[in-house]
Amino acid sequence: MKFRSVLNTILVCMACLAVAVPALAADTYRAARMAMVKEIEDDVRRTSLALDKESLDPAVMAAMASVPRHRLVPAKMRDDAYENRPLPIGHGQTISQPYVVAVMTDLMKITPDSTVLEIGTGSGYQAAILGKLAAQVYTIEIIEPLATLARENLQALGYENIEVRIGDGYYGWEEHAPFDAIVVTAAASHIPPPLIEQLRPGGYMIIPVGSRFMVQQLVLVEKDNNSTVTTRQILPVRFVPLTGSH
Amino acid sequence: MPAGRPPFLSVALVSTAALAYEILLMRLFSISQWHHFAWMIISLALLGYGASGTFISLARRGLLPRFNTVYPLNLGLFGIAAIGCYSLAQQIPFNAEEILWDWHQSLYLLAVYLLHALPFFFAANAIALTLTRFPHAVSLTYAADLTGAGLGSAMIIALLFLLLPQTALKAIALAGLLAMLIAAAELRLARRRAWQVTALSGIALLMVLPTQWLEPQISPYKGLSQALRVTGTEIIDTRSSPLGLVSVIASPVIPLRHAPGLSLMSRTPIPEQIGIFTDGDALTTIDRNPGQARLDYLDMQTSALPYYLSTIDQVLVLGAGGGHAVQQAHNHAAPHIDAVELNAQLVELVATDYAAYAGHLYERQGIHIHTGEARGFLTRSTRQYDLIQLGQLDAWSASGAGLYASNESYIYTVEALQTYLQHLTADGYLVLSRWIRLPPRDNLKLLATAIQALRASGIAEPGRHLVLVRGWQTATLLVKRSPLTAVEITRLKSFSQSRSFDLAWFPGMQPDEANRFNILAQPYYFQAAQALLGDDSDRFINDYKFNISPATDNRPYYFNFFRWGVLAEILSLRGQGGMPLLDAGYLVLVATLLQAVVISLLLIVLPLLGLGRDTSTSRPAVSHSRTVLYFFTIGIAFLFIEIAFIQRFILFLHHPLYAVSVVLTAFLLFAGLGSAWTSRQPAGNRRIVLAVSGIALLGTLYLVVLGPLFDLLMPLHISLRIPVSILLIAPLAFCMGMPFPLGLMRLADAGPQLTPWAWGINGCASVLSAVLAALLAIQFGFMTVIVVALLLYIFAAVVFP
Repeated sequence: MKFRSVLNTILVCMACLAVAVPALAADTYRAARMAMVKEIEDDVRRTSLALDKESLDPAVMAAMASVPRHRLVPAKMRDDAYENRPLPIGHGQTISQPYVVAVMTDLMKITPDSTVLEIGTGSGYQAAILGKLAAQVYTIEIIEPLATLARENLQALGYENIEVRIGDGYYGWEEHAPFDAIVVTAAASHIPPPLIEQLRPGGYMIIPVGSRFMVQQLVLVEKDNNSTVTTRQILPVRFVPLTGSH
Repeated sequence: MPAGRPPFLSVALVSTAALAYEILLMRLFSISQWHHFAWMIISLALLGYGASGTFISLARRGLLPRFNTVYPLNLGLFGIAAIGCYSLAQQIPFNAEEILWDWHQSLYLLAVYLLHALPFFFAANAIALTLTRFPHAVSLTYAADLTGAGLGSAMIIALLFLLLPQTALKAIALAGLLAMLIAAAELRLARRRAWQVTALSGIALLMVLPTQWLEPQISPYKGLSQALRVTGTEIIDTRSSPLGLVSVIASPVIPLRHAPGLSLMSRTPIPEQIGIFTDGDALTTIDRNPGQARLDYLDMQTSALPYYLSTIDQVLVLGAGGGHAVQQAHNHAAPHIDAVELNAQLVELVATDYAAYAGHLYERQGIHIHTGEARGFLTRSTRQYDLIQLGQLDAWSASGAGLYASNESYIYTVEALQTYLQHLTADGYLVLSRWIRLPPRDNLKLLATAIQALRASGIAEPGRHLVLVRGWQTATLLVKRSPLTAVEITRLKSFSQSRSFDLAWFPGMQPDEANRFNILAQPYYFQAAQALLGDDSDRFINDYKFNISPATDNRPYYFNFFRWGVLAEILSLRGQGGMPLLDAGYLVLVATLLQAVVISLLLIVLPLLGLGRDTSTSRPAVSHSRTVLYFFTIGIAFLFIEIAFIQRFILFLHHPLYAVSVVLTAFLLFAGLGSAWTSRQPAGNRRIVLAVSGIALLGTLYLVVLGPLFDLLMPLHISLRIPVSILLIAPLAFCMGMPFPLGLMRLADAGPQLTPWAWGINGCASVLSAVLAALLAIQFGFMTVIVVALLLYIFAAVVFP
């Protein structure tokens, strides 16, 4: 009798834990995500001179606040998922710093009607953010295991407007072109001409430049309505080199 | 062999192996990580020498009676650790870039340090034990140590031409075990057979150890690792030399398409390519061109500019790499193209192994390829060129992070640019292309260097001789010997406009002509060019947040852009992605210094606790403070001079490898002779005064005459310049070999228990010296390093124990 009551108590406790732990974890992640969003907002304010704005598009920030980044990083990295820094995701790749993801997304001026192309899916996090903002996202990843994992994770998270393809991003995704925005996170020695062609006039292409762990500048390619292409080089930090003495 | 004679041969052999191991580790780490971290890790691992002094000081009473066991044991352990510790360290997932935010990385780094310090610790134990066990033969023991090290430096460079680094590692481990075998014979050990069996078993194991287990594991974030992730990409060829590990890759499924700085307007296809990585990074490619076609994409890069300004007949490409600049010249039918490349293996790949693939580029009419160093080639050349093009861009990743800060480069100094200008025809162009980094620094430093070189060449208005164009990724600086003409400026505008390149400077440029296609927050480049060409350029350079003051042969640090003044500002921007603004290379030097100072202090202070408690021996008749000051000072001074002379001789021998191997070997061998010579001298402080007088006199003499002497002898063939260099180094090195054994001889008489301590102090000082020399040279130049070293030697004579 005594044994049964102990056993019952243990079973009840286990059942409570089974319900409480994920709920607690979800709460913890939500709190961490909100803290991350707050940190991004602060960073944006601090870098307002470089970004030419005090705050990012509220829709972008809402996407940052809703995408569960911890579900798109390797399991061992989950606790670090909402730190405002890049994380290694295996295969020599990284998931970008959330602040950089937010700024890049903002620069692309995505609307709910946009069709977006991403070259370099990586973990799928950038695609997930884009998926919250755009009508359709097409993303290409050259490293097969990464593409497969990102596709699975994005499906598990219920994104139906993101299509992941394994392959070479150099030629873009012609059957879905033109794109309103293109993001190129894969390293390239130059901007692939086919991507410039697949950018809709009035569209934006964004390319982070730097090492896997440190973005040095953002290159925003703009194609105006006359199809004239220019780039804008943005240093996403508050640092003015030519003025001010030390 | 008499029982009282030190085991000279095994001491020399382990010294050979230890020095070879140091150079080899540098090679292995440069492949798996990045050069500057390699340097930091090895510098700190060399504190194993200091640690051995501390260890023997503390455990001397237990170790010395067992010399016949612990001495060969340490030799064997060196051999085992050389391979074992390296293999273990390879398993540690250290990633330098994450160290700022992932505390695990600091632990990994510590583990890497400790593992690599162990082989040096064992080798140093063997030498220090011998010095302590045979106090009256210290001169000869130290001579054996130096001579061995001298041979080690020469041998490893020769070996690295013949073997892959991982195979050379086995050879070094083998040397450790052989030293153990020899020690057993030299010391006539009672259980010689047991030692022999152990050593031979170890050697047999080494022979069967698969070499691929020792292959350096390249960081997953280096270019080669990234390229190999792509389906179908594979390494098709590997070459190794002391200059680097060359990996040739083919990517048949997904083409490489390497075309840095390509214009946004380019629609021309990039041909199929094979990739060449040096030390797993710094990608260059060979274009497939069996039909010897014109490769139009090369005309869509900023570096193509000179061909659109004028007709160019005589071209010199410095840094031929995969042959792009040569092909670019060939595109424009230049009748005579000289191309110079330092790395013979790169030349071989384009000229021989992949000659058919490259359409026999180097065999085409008018193309002449030369293996050698750029300035050396020009010194011996009498030809004038219409165009001198500095061809090769270094790896963006390393360049972008400022990792080359502590690397000397004699290609981008004021004197180098003057030399290039002297070899131009009256209307010739010098063209230098670099990556663009924001905020601007590299290109501005180059511009400032060119302005100074033009002024030094007697040109009053440098602005009339300069053009700077930029894309979003690369910038090209064009320096013309004569002023640019109106026709050239019209052509320049047309070239840039059609390719969406921005004009950053040309004579007569108006502000509204800047910043049109690749738009920056402000027209930084044009503003900077105006400032640098204006009357207040010095102030602009001083106020700029990065170091853009021109590099010179005395301070050849083109790649150092770091300024202390902005460190606090950049650190405050850390959370907002501000770290890329830091030029990490310089800070790595500082970090190495700080760590080395802390560890050295510990290693130097610790034995004092043991020495204080030691009641078994009589109190030493020399003061501890004099001992510390003396051995520390000569440790610093020796390496200061050695390092500064390597740099001085690079310009004379024209090749960094010749300079390092000749200078290092000569220094160590003649210092060894100097040490041996002291064993024949009568006791007395007079000898240190003589030695230091010799060093001070010769050092001062060289400060004055070396420059003019080099100018005079420069035309000599390398086969004569090498013996001349050795002759010049010999007397100075001979004198520099004396102070250390003289100090030890004094200790042997007045406080033998201090010998291992002195050895440790000297070891710590050597590590600090290498770092300090680099920091001092960056700030004040190599001449200052020599002057400081000479003063330190004089100070050492004053505090002689």
